[in-house]
Amino acid sequence: MATFKEFRNNVKPNWCPGCGDFSVQAAMQRAAANVGLEPEGLAVISGIGCSGRISGYINSYGFHGIHGRSLPIAQGVKMANRELTVIASGGDGDGFAIGMGHTIHAIRRNIDITYIVMDNQIYGLTKGQTSPRSAAGFKTKSTPQGSIEPALSPMEMALSAGATFVAQSFSTDLKDLTAIIEAGINHKGFSLINVFSPCVTYNKINTYDWFKENLTKLSDIEGYDHTNREEAMQTLMKHDGLVTGIIYQNTERKSYQELIPGYAPEALAKADLDLSQESFDKLVAEFT
Amino acid sequence: MINQLSWKVGGQQGEGIESTGEIFCIALNRLGYYLYGYRHFSSRIKGGHTNNKIRVSTEQTRSISDDLDILVAFDQETLDVNCHELQDEGIMIADAKFNPVRPENTQANLYAVPFTDIATELGTSLMKNMVAVGASCAILGLDISVYDEVVEEIFGRKGEQIVQKNLEAIKAGYEYMTGLLGDKVGSMELEKADGKKRLFMIGNDAIALGALAGGCRFMAAYPITPASEIMEYLIKKLPAFGGTVIQTEDEIAAVTMAIGANYGGVRTMTASAGPGLSLKMEAIGLSGITETPVVIVDTQRGGPSTGLPTKQEQSDLMAMIYGTHGEIPKIVMAPSTVEEAFYDSAEAFNLAEEYQCPVILLSDLQLSLGKQTVEPLDYSKVEIRRGNLVTGELPEMENKGYFKRYEVTEDGVSPRVIPGTKNGIHHVTGVEHDETGKPSESAQNRIAQMDKRMRKVQNIRFNTPVHKNIKHEQADLLIVGFNSTRGVIEEAMERLEADGIKVNHAHIRLIHPFPTDEMLPLIQAVKKVVVIENNATGQLANIMKMNVGHVDKIKKVLKYDGNPFLPHEIHTQCKELFSYGHI
Repeated sequence: MATFKEFRNNVKPNWCPGCGDFSVQAAMQRAAANVGLEPEGLAVISGIGCSGRISGYINSYGFHGIHGRSLPIAQGVKMANRELTVIASGGDGDGFAIGMGHTIHAIRRNIDITYIVMDNQIYGLTKGQTSPRSAAGFKTKSTPQGSIEPALSPMEMALSAGATFVAQSFSTDLKDLTAIIEAGINHKGFSLINVFSPCVTYNKINTYDWFKENLTKLSDIEGYDHTNREEAMQTLMKHDGLVTGIIYQNTERKSYQELIPGYAPEALAKADLDLSQESFDKLVAEFT
Repeated sequence: MINQLSWKVGGQQGEGIESTGEIFCIALNRLGYYLYGYRHFSSRIKGGHTNNKIRVSTEQTRSISDDLDILVAFDQETLDVNCHELQDEGIMIADAKFNPVRPENTQANLYAVPFTDIATELGTSLMKNMVAVGASCAILGLDISVYDEVVEEIFGRKGEQIVQKNLEAIKAGYEYMTGLLGDKVGSMELEKADGKKRLFMIGNDAIALGALAGGCRFMAAYPITPASEIMEYLIKKLPAFGGTVIQTEDEIAAVTMAIGANYGGVRTMTASAGPGLSLKMEAIGLSGITETPVVIVDTQRGGPSTGLPTKQEQSDLMAMIYGTHGEIPKIVMAPSTVEEAFYDSAEAFNLAEEYQCPVILLSDLQLSLGKQTVEPLDYSKVEIRRGNLVTGELPEMENKGYFKRYEVTEDGVSPRVIPGTKNGIHHVTGVEHDETGKPSESAQNRIAQMDKRMRKVQNIRFNTPVHKNIKHEQADLLIVGFNSTRGVIEEAMERLEADGIKVNHAHIRLIHPFPTDEMLPLIQAVKKVVVIENNATGQLANIMKMNVGHVDKIKKVLKYDGNPFLPHEIHTQCKELFSYGHI
């Protein structure tokens, strides 16, 4: 069985020193090993932005696509080969701005992949513009007077869209983050994991210290029941979304691939591409 | 006795006009007649004039006719809007229910047949279509027993009584019309057809069936006119072969999901029309730089923007060749018949994998939706070739090295492994990358990778890049077209030949990379070249000029009013250009 070290490659990340994404990378590698994957059995599909580079920093199959489209690419990979473990990843701009349409529909569709958002509330790679996760009043190069739009609440949105697994974590808490990613991979359906991953260069508000002060661990809320959607929604609203842990999980709903009529039980990529003459004749006969 | 005629049925959209045409045609097709249909419809569900025009012939025909012999009308508007097409000896049959009035600008005879009343008497007014079919058969002198089988197939599941009622409706229409015609019975009697079994389908059916035969097992698509039939066919058929279709949230998801699934190792397609293709452009570049195969169908319609969404146009050519920013290898193919649409669709998946690049299968509304008689399709002609796809065991990588997925090779094509393969790990990125897929901005690497990618399609092996009908070693005219104009050009050619003008015909099936070597000698052997296109700027003519020169020789005949060319339009315009030396 592969250890987490086998999920490391020889590429040095180009992230800034202190970037929250380093911990996400480490947690993904540990979670992959902990759930018993081999490097070739994992495909990491990423978007564009600092965080999008993560697919190149893990020793597994990786596809670094176009901005905002990691989810449809990842769903395509999983549709082609249900035996692969597929993790999509990207930043808050990727998932909640340009790719928001895909995020909502991937949640709704419930294909068995894991989506890790590295949420730093800022556009880093383009050097400091507002993000849909930036709070109202947040000053950036594109909002010099402070943002006049409120921040999006992705966890509440995910619950409304019919998510079957919604979790949040903080990149300094490697143990908790690893456990959540493992739970996400093991979940039979679409798992959304939003990770507060501070940008040390452009976001001077939502810093490591800020998160430490403001985050509440769901495990510290007595009797919190992550199978109760209503409670999940109320808790998110009460804490302004600043909670960590598994917020909601529905293990009853079947994943998309389990519901497709006639869908190949093994990897579709292994399907025989030849038709029998008889099948072909039958198809053609419908046009006579 | 006549050997060909044109029949049209019209009424309000949602009134069953299409099914009337369908039932009329299926029976004729089984008798061995060649049919070619053209649907006039609007972008709405109910209401608005719609019609279905069918050419019936004892010989292969792939063109709408200039005029009309029989017009079946369910409302006055159908008569008013379409009567100008009728020949003087033509026949209008109209539902007596709306008290039809013969429009002033036609000499054709009008017969009022109580379609609705006969149907109502037999049980339900819904069967008025059947009465109209029966009446049409009386004019053509057809034996209506051919419908016994057809009606059984269509209505059998609704019970024997429904079948019988419908057959009675056909018979009643037939008898009523025979009575009305009196001594004119037999004036439009059709010669007997050969009775051979052929198919009756639209181009989109052929594209979908071709994809299935070509190993496509997954499709991601977003509904759009005139492409939706492709996804609708495959979602019905793919489950029997382990595959499926996902209707995505948008066009970008459709193409990127298709790219993801192709990367994952499954032959996957998407299909759309101009507006969808515009949205897919960034992803087409991703397919190009990551060398991920993908097959994309573009069923052209009137553009730009929503344009004329239910009308014929061929104006996406430049966008399909050059669309996406930056420069990538790409293949654009354009079948000209439904048969070719089938074989080309299957072949598109081979080319996408062999050249590891996006393949665009270009169609147009008339080819995609015009229902027509199709020669039997031969599955033994369909090959599955997967190019440089590495499936065996791979040597172990030392020191976590990556598989050279983008190895610089002589022909530019690199070995491809799919995720899940042991020792095949590599990175894929839309960022410029080295041979293992790791990002690289080195100038030397950029040149090496760019050259390697572009080299792939330089010497593309493509069976019949140009359909040639070369009758003369030295001709007066070479007529050039692509997609659905083939039949109408062939018909116009016959008339030009009859006028004493020597005409050759080339229909381009491989649009990009342009088949310069094939086209150049054809152009050199004629005095003038006329390019027939359904667009306003002459995109194919311009592409030809770019690739083969002869700028002064190449002229355009263009039509961009939303309707397909008619034979007389090509005939007269070519003749005029030839006779007066305008070309």
